[in-house]
Amino acid sequence: MKKVLLLAVFALASAVTYAGGYRVSLQGNKSLAMGHTGVAVINSSELVFFNPAGLVYLEDKFNVTGGMHGVFSNIAYQDTETGANAQTDSPMGTPFYLYASYKATDWMAFGLGVYTPYGSTVEYEDDWAGSHLVNNIDLAAIYIQPTVSFKINDKLSFGGGPIYVTGSVNFNRNLNRTLTDLEGNRANVTIDASGVSSWGWVASTMFNPTENLHIGATYRSEIILDAEDGTAEFENIPNSPLTPFENTSIKASLPLPAEMTVGMSYDFCESWTVAFDFNRTFWDVYESLDIDFANEDIPDSKNARNYKNASIYRFGMQYEATKMFTLRAGYYFDESPVRDGYFAPETPRNDSNNFTAGLTVNLGEHLQIDASFLYSHFKEVDASYNYYFENGRAVPFSGTYKTNAFVPGLGLTYKL
Amino acid sequence: MKNILKYTFALLAVGFVSCEPEFDSPVTDDGFYSSGTANLSKYVAVGNSLTAGYADGALYITGQKNSYPNIMAQQFAFAGGGEFYQPLMDDNIGGLLLGGNQIAENRFVLAVDANGNPGPVRLVGNPTTDITNHLPSTYNNMGVPGAKSFHLVAPGYGNVAGVPIGAANPYFVRFASSESATVLGDAVAQNPTFFSLWIGNNDILSYATSGGSGVDQTGNFDPTTYGGNDITDPNVFASVYSQQVDALTGSGAKGVLVNIPEVTSIPYFTTVPRNAIPLDAATAGALNAQFGAYNTQILPGLVGVGIITPEEAALRMINFSAGQNFPIMTDDDLTDVTAILQGPPFSLPAPLATLLGQLRQVKSDDLIVLTASSVLGTTPDPSNPQGVIGVSIPLSDQYVLAVSEQTRITAASMAYNATIEALAGAKGLAFVDAKTALARVANGGIPYDGGVLTSQFVTGGAFSLDGVHPTPRGYAYTANLIISAINETYDATIPMVRIGNYGTITVTNN
Repeated sequence: MKKVLLLAVFALASAVTYAGGYRVSLQGNKSLAMGHTGVAVINSSELVFFNPAGLVYLEDKFNVTGGMHGVFSNIAYQDTETGANAQTDSPMGTPFYLYASYKATDWMAFGLGVYTPYGSTVEYEDDWAGSHLVNNIDLAAIYIQPTVSFKINDKLSFGGGPIYVTGSVNFNRNLNRTLTDLEGNRANVTIDASGVSSWGWVASTMFNPTENLHIGATYRSEIILDAEDGTAEFENIPNSPLTPFENTSIKASLPLPAEMTVGMSYDFCESWTVAFDFNRTFWDVYESLDIDFANEDIPDSKNARNYKNASIYRFGMQYEATKMFTLRAGYYFDESPVRDGYFAPETPRNDSNNFTAGLTVNLGEHLQIDASFLYSHFKEVDASYNYYFENGRAVPFSGTYKTNAFVPGLGLTYKL
Repeated sequence: MKNILKYTFALLAVGFVSCEPEFDSPVTDDGFYSSGTANLSKYVAVGNSLTAGYADGALYITGQKNSYPNIMAQQFAFAGGGEFYQPLMDDNIGGLLLGGNQIAENRFVLAVDANGNPGPVRLVGNPTTDITNHLPSTYNNMGVPGAKSFHLVAPGYGNVAGVPIGAANPYFVRFASSESATVLGDAVAQNPTFFSLWIGNNDILSYATSGGSGVDQTGNFDPTTYGGNDITDPNVFASVYSQQVDALTGSGAKGVLVNIPEVTSIPYFTTVPRNAIPLDAATAGALNAQFGAYNTQILPGLVGVGIITPEEAALRMINFSAGQNFPIMTDDDLTDVTAILQGPPFSLPAPLATLLGQLRQVKSDDLIVLTASSVLGTTPDPSNPQGVIGVSIPLSDQYVLAVSEQTRITAASMAYNATIEALAGAKGLAFVDAKTALARVANGGIPYDGGVLTSQFVTGGAFSLDGVHPTPRGYAYTANLIISAINETYDATIPMVRIGNYGTITVTNN
């Protein structure tokens, strides 16, 4: 599958690029259908991601669940001053997950998860109005996470484990707004790094004040991906000592921020559950993105990012309608980590309202089909990115953005 | 499992195609931008090299794509504008062939020499555009490099047979509808709903770039008798220009007229300093000693016998000093005293008489042309290191646009501009004061989002490496000026472009 990050490059003098809020909250069809709540919902091995401590309260001895989502995301851009306009033609993103839990004893459970919480796939038409910032980007990170959980008693449990991350990025943009070769082809650079790996950890707890009320908290550590041997490939560079761009290797690092989640769920009237989660993503670690080109003739690229910590408020509901069907719905409000003036076209995230729904179909005792759907609504927004520089002078890239995303998902759960 | 997912997503993908985000008011909607009372559906641009997108001393594809009419047409497309076709060249080398023989030079590029110094050089390469390959189509861009006002109405201007004798234009040969076609006729035949006309620059420019080596034809109403570097008579200009405007507006088309900038706005005349000769005190003293007799005896003598006026004598005085000096030059507006100096009482030898015949020093209000930079200070005869151009050998008249010559150009261009502005007013057409706009570029520059656009050679951004024609960014600035005038005159809201998105000079080493 896909990769991870870093990115960027420089312009002739200095430069800039920029990764946006590249968190992809699609870590389970059951949870997503409930607004991606789950830190305090006990229903499947999706807990490996949402709250490992809860695994000890699963009724199943063995629970494995997996699935994927198809991300259909579209970005439209226009500048009413010039008439410039663009529409992304991004391929479908395919985040996936696979979790397994095994209850070794009444008080201890093991879990294993593979999931993709960070990533982005955006493709603009080459040489569009913002091509000096991005033509296309494809980044992904795969988390592999074994966990162990201990039950203190029926009210309290703890869980956690290490996380191994492997990631990659491929990013292309034009060097600046005007440089071309003799034939008029825009000079551009592709940054590529893959197999970038690192370690982190997760820790969580679950508290059940009553049989129907669950409270959970999960902390997932920050992970910095350091690309040591990425490549920078330059294309359409004029044959001149004035443009000394040659393919070279690069070093860069990109943080996958820590995330704290607290939440609760409440079961009522036999077959109903409501859930509330609060996420805090510690984006402030993402202060600057620096690309170190091995070739000393090419100036290193230092790019302020200045992200701010951001919160997400999630609500979900579940109704076990029949023995066969469980219905779910949810909503969440997702705050953008991007500050004013840092709004770049490669991940143009403003605040979004998100609506989810889904269901589980029970096929007998052991097998479930999980389906979900997410619609992300972003308001039309006038925004600009003010940290692109030409000859030491900031040249803002501004315009109106309108983004949406449709995310259907499908998964299977097998339990014993 | 994986296949089921794939098919499911594929089906969903089809459904989501229609779910692309829509702006409340998309710029691509009809009516977001308005052409006002103009109809932009068929735009035809008429003019010379500036209209064609000529730059860096040549016509080539990327230059044409950044011609101001093409930039405008892309913006017109937001307000009902139609397709815009140009007679694109076959390559980005520039240069022309006639039956395989090169008849126009390749473009300039900025190359770095062995010492690390960047400078304009002709791009090496074989041009592929042969003017005998006739283009069968019609083109919205009727800009013909080299055309003067009266050429647009001259039958046979596109006849290939006339090219070798200078009676026809090789660029027009490529796409003229017939051997007897006129540029104006081919433009009008396209039934434009909207036109731009920018012509007349070459009616003074070739005189200027040749250092005034042509003739001011003011008073001569027969352009067929003009030489290539002559100044067109203002009445001839007025006559053909109004003929052109009448023809283009004949079927009710609206349009825009653009006037003629000052030659002093372009780097071709402002880059080489007038006092480019550095001398130490000893050399200056030696030179002054050599010219002492000329200053103190010959010139007063010529005044004494009434050959020249005291004013001319003052003008002809030669004087060097330590530091930067004005070069000596030949000025064909001076009285030619070569023959007189060989006779009594002067009785000078012929070579000296020839040297002094029309000699003076460059003055601070003369303009030295760009091409003089490769001549000034050189020693054309390697065996004679004393023979330095500008010091002991006069700079040829073709390299200096003297004040007297500038005066003729100014007079003609003011007359042309009066015609252009009056016709625009009379016909209710949009009018662009390119003269004022370019003067602004030359004096202080035009701020834009990436800096300041100036007419500084190479670095200013406005002018290409030939020092005369704009860069893509210069053409984009021009396009904005014209769009602005159209918007004002026709109550339109055509969007402008961001000139920082357009390039300047091309760097490449051969």
